[in-house]
Amino acid sequence: MSARNLYEVEMIDGGAFDPAAPLQFPRRDFLKLFGSGLVIGLAPASALAQESGRRGFGVHQLPQNISAWIHIAPDSRVTVFTGKVEVGQNIRTSLAQQVAEELGVPFDSITMVMGDTARTPYDMGTFGSMTTPRMGPELRNMASAARDTLIQLAADRWHADTAALQATNARVTDTTASRSATYGELTQGKELVKIVSGDPALTPATQWKVAGTPVPKAEIRDFVTGRHVYPSDVTRPGMMHGAIVRPAGYRATLQSLDTSAAEKIPGVRIVHDGDFIGIVAPDYATAHRAADAVKANWNVPPQPSNAELFSILKKGSSDSGNEPPGRAPEHQTGNVPAAYASAPIKLEQEYTVQYIQHAPLEPRAAVAEWKGEGGEGPALTVWTGTQRPFGVRDQLVEAFNLKPEQVRVLQPDMGSGYGGKHTGEAAIEAARLAKAVGKPVKLLWTREEEFTWAYFRPAGVITIRGAANRDGKLTAWEHHNYNSGGAAIGCPYDVPNQLIQYHPADSPLRQGSYRSLAAAANNFARESHMDALAHAANLDPLEFRLRNLSDQRLRNVLQAAAEKFHWVPPVSPLRPGIGYGIACGTDKGGYVATCAEVSVDPATKKLHIVRVTQAWECGAIINPDGLRNQQEGAIVQGLGGALFEQILFANGKILNPHFAQYRLPRFQDAPQIEIVLLDRKDLPPAGAGEIGLIGLAPAVANAYFAATGTRLHQLPMAPKLS
Amino acid sequence: MGHYSLNVNGAQHSVDAPGEESLLFVLRNHLNLTGAKYGCGEGQCGACTVLINGRATRSCLIPVSSAANVKIETIESLERDGQLNSVQQAFIDEGALQCGYCTSGMIVSATSLLRHTPHPTDEQILTAMNGNVCRCGTYPRIVAAIRRAEQSGKEA
Repeated sequence: MSARNLYEVEMIDGGAFDPAAPLQFPRRDFLKLFGSGLVIGLAPASALAQESGRRGFGVHQLPQNISAWIHIAPDSRVTVFTGKVEVGQNIRTSLAQQVAEELGVPFDSITMVMGDTARTPYDMGTFGSMTTPRMGPELRNMASAARDTLIQLAADRWHADTAALQATNARVTDTTASRSATYGELTQGKELVKIVSGDPALTPATQWKVAGTPVPKAEIRDFVTGRHVYPSDVTRPGMMHGAIVRPAGYRATLQSLDTSAAEKIPGVRIVHDGDFIGIVAPDYATAHRAADAVKANWNVPPQPSNAELFSILKKGSSDSGNEPPGRAPEHQTGNVPAAYASAPIKLEQEYTVQYIQHAPLEPRAAVAEWKGEGGEGPALTVWTGTQRPFGVRDQLVEAFNLKPEQVRVLQPDMGSGYGGKHTGEAAIEAARLAKAVGKPVKLLWTREEEFTWAYFRPAGVITIRGAANRDGKLTAWEHHNYNSGGAAIGCPYDVPNQLIQYHPADSPLRQGSYRSLAAAANNFARESHMDALAHAANLDPLEFRLRNLSDQRLRNVLQAAAEKFHWVPPVSPLRPGIGYGIACGTDKGGYVATCAEVSVDPATKKLHIVRVTQAWECGAIINPDGLRNQQEGAIVQGLGGALFEQILFANGKILNPHFAQYRLPRFQDAPQIEIVLLDRKDLPPAGAGEIGLIGLAPAVANAYFAATGTRLHQLPMAPKLS
Repeated sequence: MGHYSLNVNGAQHSVDAPGEESLLFVLRNHLNLTGAKYGCGEGQCGACTVLINGRATRSCLIPVSSAANVKIETIESLERDGQLNSVQQAFIDEGALQCGYCTSGMIVSATSLLRHTPHPTDEQILTAMNGNVCRCGTYPRIVAAIRRAEQSGKEA
């Protein structure tokens, strides 16, 4: 693996469905995959135009850019094939609910096949809160088209008018005659493939019966009985266990190597190729004992530490030029310097954000198996936990010089990722080991490996200048983000003079996506600054926000949160050591407002989050319980980065790569949580997995100020006081 | 390499493994009981929790060589004749999971708590559960599930 692969991870935010992406399996295998019945696929209208005349039934005329398939079998079982993956965000359930709704079948009759590169259409990955706004409507379109097709099949069979036919509960019924047929009966013996496009009429959210309801998590019984098979649980016949001898630090080079002691351990194989030193053994303990027995000397060059971090980031990127560093502003209107200079109320402040880690409870894991001589199927099969099975497949294709169809990556529903599992390191390592020993190999990263060799939520420096007039109306807003990212960097408030700029920098540590990307950092800085300006203007922070906010959806969540929380302005007398704070924000179609009550011990100054009320709106709600669960979880996860999580590093080493040293939110930290969901049935659903995270930190910082009169300008805010 | 006889879920199992292999990896890799998970290998997260002589124990910290004369129960044993125990059922009823990777350990820890303390105080729940980590942040739901199981009148 090259150094570039090791240290650079693309920040992934949004991105379009790639119409050039090829169908990932040969057409001749297509029907073999499904068997008889009806298959519905969805293609963009542009693709159908290019493949003119291919619309409608046909077996060998598939467009090359299908995002998902729905198959209806002769027994009326429905199988949905999508490259999206389930990582705890509950889309296995919410997508099936939407198919059930539009297709007119029971929820339990649907099986979701997800994240299997040999069986599902190409998908760029599960990130950016895109599943609900993009895959959801596509599946609804397909399901609606499938229902129309089934009605047409029944009309043809009975020589009936389609207007008289109803399709519900997996059955088409003729309302003018006493006859009906199940979906399966209508597809019996047929091999129908239909590619659809366009926007069929979909059931409005106001009429939903399955979508919009709190259907429990799909296959939940397997999770409470220990039966669910996670990537790290996969077992193959003859499987061996792997371990990797890691470098002594980042950017290290191997100086000398002595594997003689390890080689003497019975059953151990050493796999050495350049700086890659791997172990294969019959069991986990032996593999790791052998790895410990390897004597490797590494040269680790001097590298920076947390102490220099923020000055490095403020220098900007080495290839971005100087003065000002970085790329063009994201947004620029009016004249900020003039407006700021003349404003009666103004504040300038720097905010900082440390690196944190996703720390998914299941570390990276992979089982790799190479096809034996004369075997069938792909040359290499890898089961691994990743948010991008097709991306990992492409990494394997490149690493082993294979063709895409020679590699199959399967993603069993995993022990989550939070943006941290976009890459395929464990998959490549397991495949190297398996290839060397000619047997399937499982590699399960240790927690220390996950902390050290995965990647981090970017650190950052954010500087804000904000100004208001004596009426409490904002007049100038300047926001610079160094390194942490451009997500939600735009100011949602009405400000005539603005300069908003993201400055890439040379990050000392490998960094990548993290749930909500930089929205959490940008929102922390902006909403802290708004609170400070409100106090400078002697206004209630809620009133100050509303005075400068015309975005009605953001106003709605602010008012809903404040009402449920029983918000009172912090200028009112509260009990000693108790403070209230409020914050709001929006990104990716989600709107959040958060109120927090904190208590601060007068003697120890320790901070505790007593209760949090969060109002959330993301259009029509598909599963209110799943949505509530995401909001609650985002608050609890968010409080870690807000209060105490931080990566400590020096000279190419992580200094706290264990749960005993890296403090995570635990039961003791969980506040009392109230969630208010605003259901906008008139608006399309947006993703809800990420943005629920962005209100907590500033609400807590503002509450801390209300309680103590002290402002905290850094994340984590209180590593020693919580 | 040693030879060990383990009492797991009411049955005696023979295992050949290095003596330093943890009970966690013996359960997972030798006995194919994968309900207990690896999360940290240091007893800091609780994903590997099993019952040893009825008490919640971190199986990642127990070498197999010292697990021979104890009674081991894993998440796989809690469902009896198709009936979930009260904690398992309560986790379903409260939707007390997201990715579910911590769930086995949470349920085993909560089962141990309720078997020994059928009506725990809030403080006792916190003490019993604080060593179990849920990265998806479902702690309030897990507490609600424990309360629901407590009040169900059924066996944990």
